[in-house]
Amino acid sequence: MSARPGTTRRGFGVIAHGARAQWRLFTVAVLGSLVYGALTVADAWVLGWATDAVITPAFETDAIDAADLVAVSALFLAVAIGRALGIIGRRLVGGVVYFRLMAQHRRAVTRQYLRLPMRWHQAHPTGQLLSNANADVEAAWAVMMPLPMAVGVLVMLLVAVIAMLTADLVLTVVGLVIFPLLFAINVAYQRVLSPRVTLAQQLRAEVSDVAHESFDAAMVVKALGRESEETARFETQAHRLREANIAAGRVRSVFDPVLEALPVAGVLLVVLVGVQRVVSGAADTGDVVQVAFLFTVISFPVRALGWVLGELPRTVVGWDRVRAVLDAEGSTPYGDARLAGRGPVRLELRDVGFGYVPDRPVLRGIDLEVDSGRTIALVGRTGAGKSTLCSLLVRLVDPDHGTVLVDGVDARTLEHAVLADTVALVPQHTFLFDDTVRGNVCLGADLLDEEVWAALRTAQADRFVARLPRQLDAPLGERGVTLSGGQRQRLALARAVVHRPRLLVLDDATSAVDPEVEAAVLAGLRRASASGGPTTLVVAYRKATIALADEVLFLEGGRIVDRGPHDELVVRSTAYRDIVDAYDQARGPVEHDEVPA
Amino acid sequence: MSTGTAPGTGNRQTTSVASGEDSGAWQTLRRGFALSPALRQGIRGTLALAVVSTVGGAVVPVVVQQTIDDGLAGPGAVDQLAVGRLLLAAAVVVVLTSWAAYAMKVRLFVASENGLSDLRVKAFRHVHDLPVLTQNTERRGALVSRVTSDIDQVSLFLQYAGVFFVVSIGQVVVATVVMAVYSWELTLVVWVCFLPLVLALRAVTGRMTAAYGRVRRSVGDMLSVIAEPVVGASVVKAHAIEARTQARVDRAIDANYRRQVEAQRLVAMTFASAGLAGGLASAAVVVVGVWLGVGGQLSIGTVIAFAFLVSLLVGPVQMATQVLTEAQNAVASWRRVIALLETPADVSDPGLSGTALPDRPLDVVFDDVGFAYPDGPLVLHHVDVAIAVGRRVAVVGETGSGKTTFAKLLTRLMDPARGVVRVGGVDLREVPFSSLRRRVVMVPQEGFLFDATLGDNLRYGRPGASDDELVAALFGLGLGEWFTGLPDGLGTEVGQRGEQLSAGERQLVALMRAALADPDLLVLDEATSAVDPRTEMLLAVALDGLLRGRTSVTVAHRMSTAEAADEVLVFDDGRLVERGPHAALVAQDGVYARLHASWVAQSRLGQGEPAAAAQ
Repeated sequence: MSARPGTTRRGFGVIAHGARAQWRLFTVAVLGSLVYGALTVADAWVLGWATDAVITPAFETDAIDAADLVAVSALFLAVAIGRALGIIGRRLVGGVVYFRLMAQHRRAVTRQYLRLPMRWHQAHPTGQLLSNANADVEAAWAVMMPLPMAVGVLVMLLVAVIAMLTADLVLTVVGLVIFPLLFAINVAYQRVLSPRVTLAQQLRAEVSDVAHESFDAAMVVKALGRESEETARFETQAHRLREANIAAGRVRSVFDPVLEALPVAGVLLVVLVGVQRVVSGAADTGDVVQVAFLFTVISFPVRALGWVLGELPRTVVGWDRVRAVLDAEGSTPYGDARLAGRGPVRLELRDVGFGYVPDRPVLRGIDLEVDSGRTIALVGRTGAGKSTLCSLLVRLVDPDHGTVLVDGVDARTLEHAVLADTVALVPQHTFLFDDTVRGNVCLGADLLDEEVWAALRTAQADRFVARLPRQLDAPLGERGVTLSGGQRQRLALARAVVHRPRLLVLDDATSAVDPEVEAAVLAGLRRASASGGPTTLVVAYRKATIALADEVLFLEGGRIVDRGPHDELVVRSTAYRDIVDAYDQARGPVEHDEVPA
Repeated sequence: MSTGTAPGTGNRQTTSVASGEDSGAWQTLRRGFALSPALRQGIRGTLALAVVSTVGGAVVPVVVQQTIDDGLAGPGAVDQLAVGRLLLAAAVVVVLTSWAAYAMKVRLFVASENGLSDLRVKAFRHVHDLPVLTQNTERRGALVSRVTSDIDQVSLFLQYAGVFFVVSIGQVVVATVVMAVYSWELTLVVWVCFLPLVLALRAVTGRMTAAYGRVRRSVGDMLSVIAEPVVGASVVKAHAIEARTQARVDRAIDANYRRQVEAQRLVAMTFASAGLAGGLASAAVVVVGVWLGVGGQLSIGTVIAFAFLVSLLVGPVQMATQVLTEAQNAVASWRRVIALLETPADVSDPGLSGTALPDRPLDVVFDDVGFAYPDGPLVLHHVDVAIAVGRRVAVVGETGSGKTTFAKLLTRLMDPARGVVRVGGVDLREVPFSSLRRRVVMVPQEGFLFDATLGDNLRYGRPGASDDELVAALFGLGLGEWFTGLPDGLGTEVGQRGEQLSAGERQLVALMRAALADPDLLVLDEATSAVDPRTEMLLAVALDGLLRGRTSVTVAHRMSTAEAADEVLVFDDGRLVERGPHAALVAQDGVYARLHASWVAQSRLGQGEPAAAAQ
């Protein structure tokens, strides 16, 4: 684990940060632990004192002093009650500190996710971001759980040494040999174990990955009869995990018994030395009993120190990952401009250029004017820049140069809510929230049932929603797992049209629906635009979709290479004709003539 | 399920993996051990070592008692030699018990890891043997967790909580026996102090299990909501719903926090109560001990030994509820894995006793075939059809018409409820999988790609194929130009689920795989998703190459496929209603003509609303 120097120091830095962030509760937890530690030692002291002051005299004189007995039991009980309070402070409040720190940082991390621009999101894998908010936050703060106990143990050790000193100097020396040894072995234990546990954890994730992928591929595996090969692949991973677990298990098997035996050996040593001391009159029986008892009660808590030190490398790694998110710079600044008027907007792009990485432009010199209420189809091969152009319009990305104007206003100066209300994008890949149909369509806006149903109708989603058990209030499950791809797309469409956007951008938004349904959706949109519907930009493959447009923009290599009505483009541009016809030949009906016009 | 009987009449659990919640804990443990024989290997020796290792705990109290009574507090001079001998004996016992603990743990780790690793692999294999229907209805995550976290839970329990459980019981027994030998009265006093806790154990464990269950669910909810600003980032931004999303995320985080605190409160209370009981017991021991001692029934050493012995009880009682909670979780996990293994694989491999497909081109005969899902009505009725060698057949029909069921019966992804499917003259149920999957290959709608290179993915169709063979097959399908355009050729990484490739390219890979498998009978489920026009062309070319010279059955979603077929089978409402070449069917005024018209109408907008838009 921490072959890297400074891990321990940095780990303590993280701890200090956490302790400061929750300093009130942290103090309570440490106090609880101190009380617990001190009283654990006090227990031994009470037993020692009882032996000398009450038990031995009573046995020697064969007489009971009731007051003494009451005092002893009161002491035992007081110590026990105090210790119980200490446990509550240490365990409960200590836990609360840990849970609060996790919650606090999860909130901070997700706030960053919401603030940071799309470009940042695109540069970071989804899995990593999810783990930043979950596993990494947990890793960073897991150390806070045993921490109060460890602080208590330190105090406990101090008090124990003092208690021993008051009992007998020579016996204390025995303790001073055993305790540091115990501590050293604990630290060595954690250092040896930690990398093995980390490896096992990593292999566990790999086993899970293989299972996930293989079960996703179940159909292909069956169809090609590759069950045995898949099982062999999984077995290799499972065996690696098994070996790693056994390796970690061997380390535990060696250290655990040693750590248990050491305090026992200490007690034997104390008795051996103690007997000499009692014989020589330097100590009495109570001292020996007290020191021996101390060994018994302290041996286990001392491990908390090892836990904390063993946890530090994980703390540092987790915190570094969380920090990377919290420190990330960048945001999408919005202006405060509003738009006057109602109805479809006019869209204008002036010399717009954009690239995700420098010197590799995806869009070049896009000049475009779309009059209000018009429908434009974007046609081009994969990678021509169609999706990027769409995402510029809702400001998922901003152009490197040039301007996007909505009704003559620079989109960057618009208020965020105004832009979102004006322009609706239906992306290629649908994302649904773990919410109801209504929640997914309205996205928190308070709309009438009729409005929601109308939007569902336009998107051809009304029929299947009507068949759901609770209709608009039917929960969809995590990312809409209960729905088919086509149904999900239709809900995304409803989400876009429900707010009556003034510019609608469809980025291949009907790819997963049946052609018949797509036709119905498009017809619905067209009816809407006839009655003052939005200005529409649609990425199109199917001729049916293209037929909807007043004008076609043909994109190649990030430029608009041609534009005009479909009929003209088909005649004028070979490249355009190739694309549109290639698609229709492969997919749809070929002979238009077959159908009477 | 044996091959001779009518499938579908047997077990009721064929469409889902049972949760197995109805079997008792002991039954689960017995089944669990029976399923993993490696777990039982040397278990007697391991248990014997565990018993030996618990004796170590009694050493200190006994030594203290002996030393005080026979040495320090005894009459006259201290017998130092006796003390020395005693300590030496104790040291030997400590070394022995430590060694026993070490040996026990190593044996346990090795046995449990071996047993559970085997179980993991067995369960994994079983998931692939499950019926297609079950695979599709189960959530992926649920299946994955059965071969991962469920088994981890069992292994953690066996290695930690389970050991702790055994050792704790041993420790409590040893402590009680030693106490009883010293004084039954004091033993009684101690136990009376702990009794309320022991009695409350069941109730507290129940609450703790429930509390941890709530924590786990809240974590699931939280992760799902945290995914929204990550996976759905563009939606959140485009709709300006940052505030709403943040509120949802905060709510889920807070709920998770509250659940954690609730569970932690129970843990803290349990620990505190056990500590309190310990203090009470110590006080009672001293008071009652002195009272009895003065009566002459006890020695000082015994009373003090009791104080040590009480501390042996505190630990196990403190941990008992947590250990029992973990035990419940582990048993529940084990049960889920067992339930998975007991879910029948309805389609079974006849193996060596079967009849291999004949070594000639394959024809297909459906002889009065019907199909029903378990406990359901027939969804396919009386299908009688013969497909001659080398024919190119398209199967059409609306969603739910039975066309996909037909294809699945043909590839034996399912068995018919009645009737027989014969390929090459052999009942499919008698064909060994090794022969069947080599000669009859299905290309599913979604050609799943593994996170590996293009070459690795192609080799899935023909394991061990050389690079040259792969490239030859690629060019053979007319994909040479596409292939040479790839940055790293066969070494091109396709990414998770093939996401580095376009949807159409993934379909291409699926076709190439099937071509490499070189089957005699090819069953295709056409993809419906729209792809890039250029790739569409490639797909058409590749498909043509693939079908050439083979008997093929295609579940068609495109009209061009039906038009190009030698014969079209039309399904409607679970019945084969029409068959014949495209031209003949289109001329009839039947189901096919109607489907065809609807397809055609789709290409031209403004021809009126399409009839009954199917889901």
